[in-house]
Amino acid sequence: MAEHTIKAFDEEIDRLRGLIAEMGGRAEAAIENAMLALQRQDKVLAADVVEGDKRIDAIEAEVEKLVIQVIALRAPMANDLRDVIAALKIVSVVERIGDYAKNIAKRVPLIATNTRILEPISLLPSMGQVAGEMVHDALNAFAARDADLALAVVERDTVVDDFYNSVFRTLVTFMVENPKTISECAHLLFIAKNIERIGDHATNVAEMVYYAATGQTLPERERGADMQPED
Amino acid sequence: MTPMTEEQINLTIDNPKMSARDVKVFYGEKQAIKGVSIDVGMDHVTAFIGPSGCGKSTFLRTLNRMNDTVASARVEGEITLDGENIYAPSMDVVQLRARVGMVFQKPNPFPKSIYENIAYGPRIHGLAAGKADMDVIVEKSLRRAGLWEEVKDRLHDSGTALSGGQQQRLCIGRAIAVEPEVILMDEPCSALDPIATAKIEELIHELRGRYAIVIVTHNMQQAARVSQRTAFFHLGDLVEYGVTSDIFTNPRQERTKDYITGRYG
Repeated sequence: MAEHTIKAFDEEIDRLRGLIAEMGGRAEAAIENAMLALQRQDKVLAADVVEGDKRIDAIEAEVEKLVIQVIALRAPMANDLRDVIAALKIVSVVERIGDYAKNIAKRVPLIATNTRILEPISLLPSMGQVAGEMVHDALNAFAARDADLALAVVERDTVVDDFYNSVFRTLVTFMVENPKTISECAHLLFIAKNIERIGDHATNVAEMVYYAATGQTLPERERGADMQPED
Repeated sequence: MTPMTEEQINLTIDNPKMSARDVKVFYGEKQAIKGVSIDVGMDHVTAFIGPSGCGKSTFLRTLNRMNDTVASARVEGEITLDGENIYAPSMDVVQLRARVGMVFQKPNPFPKSIYENIAYGPRIHGLAAGKADMDVIVEKSLRRAGLWEEVKDRLHDSGTALSGGQQQRLCIGRAIAVEPEVILMDEPCSALDPIATAKIEELIHELRGRYAIVIVTHNMQQAARVSQRTAFFHLGDLVEYGVTSDIFTNPRQERTKDYITGRYG
């Protein structure tokens, strides 16, 4: 894209995009590490994820400040306006994604049992991986202003929803058969729900990227057959 | 230039007050306007934007035949006011300019009293039956121009003694006094400070609906603030014409985007 006549404007936009790239990378790593910590029962790694969320929150605050400054001082128009508005909305969503990863990490020490006896846990890493990739692709789409990649993320949300429904059914069945594991299974259920929400949020990011790139809003998409009411 | 589809540019509107079709303007050999078609209506303020030399002022001036005063200027194509060709030989240009008034960049009150500035037009057009009638016209025009409260006690002071912003509102009042249908404004705020500018913009907002208003402005924020439809001109082309909020959030044409986001040149 051609440069602005006012160079400082380009510098601010670049800084904004850099911060969002960093934030997205951290959120993606947080998801991956939280899932790894869960599988390995690694409490230290889980604690790292919880601690790392502070930086994600800090970036959100920094981006908000910068966006307000850009709007006030540069009066951005057209694609510039859409970029900064998308940036503002994206960071608040990515901050939530970070919170979900943190929440997963916080549950790791509470699942004291050897997780290998918990059969349903086998689905969670794959589910986490898909959600993590959605976050990765949504942020890449923002960096590249790639509307097609954003669309692909939106379409992938049903995969996470299907995973969730599957995990939900498996856990309920498992709890009925193994009442002693109810406490652990309840945590796993919340973890599955957190991942499902991460998928939804990645989809929201992708929708904003699509808007920023094209100026068009995506039509309200059809929800997957979800067993839980949407919140 | 890339041909525009109907989706990209919606230049026709319902009940247009003025319509231009394939208008070309030449100054001697040089072509300043390259076939512009556009409608302007009563229900919205239309802003013409574009870089210097893009033809926006030239085009504005074709709408009340101000280019007639430039010896080398030649206008082709058709421009209608309520369906009537304004370049037809039968058209009375003086009458046309009463119906299509104009406000210029620099406030240019006559070196006469405030009262006389307003009364001049109605008098030569025979709009007032007598002194009492004229007093009514002067007050009404100054009220509509948002100037009455500031000048009612000094109507016989010179118009040139007013501040720049007041002078510009006086010029708008002078245009209004002859009951025009269309008001053309060529950079009406570029010589004014931000507060005087805000007053003119508020005035434009109040006059909307009563007159078809077309404003040429270099200030894109001003176009965004005062207009409902925006036309972007570049090198004599009408590049894009659309709903102002669309033009400023999602322009269809690359040239429009580069201009309004500050990437031009």
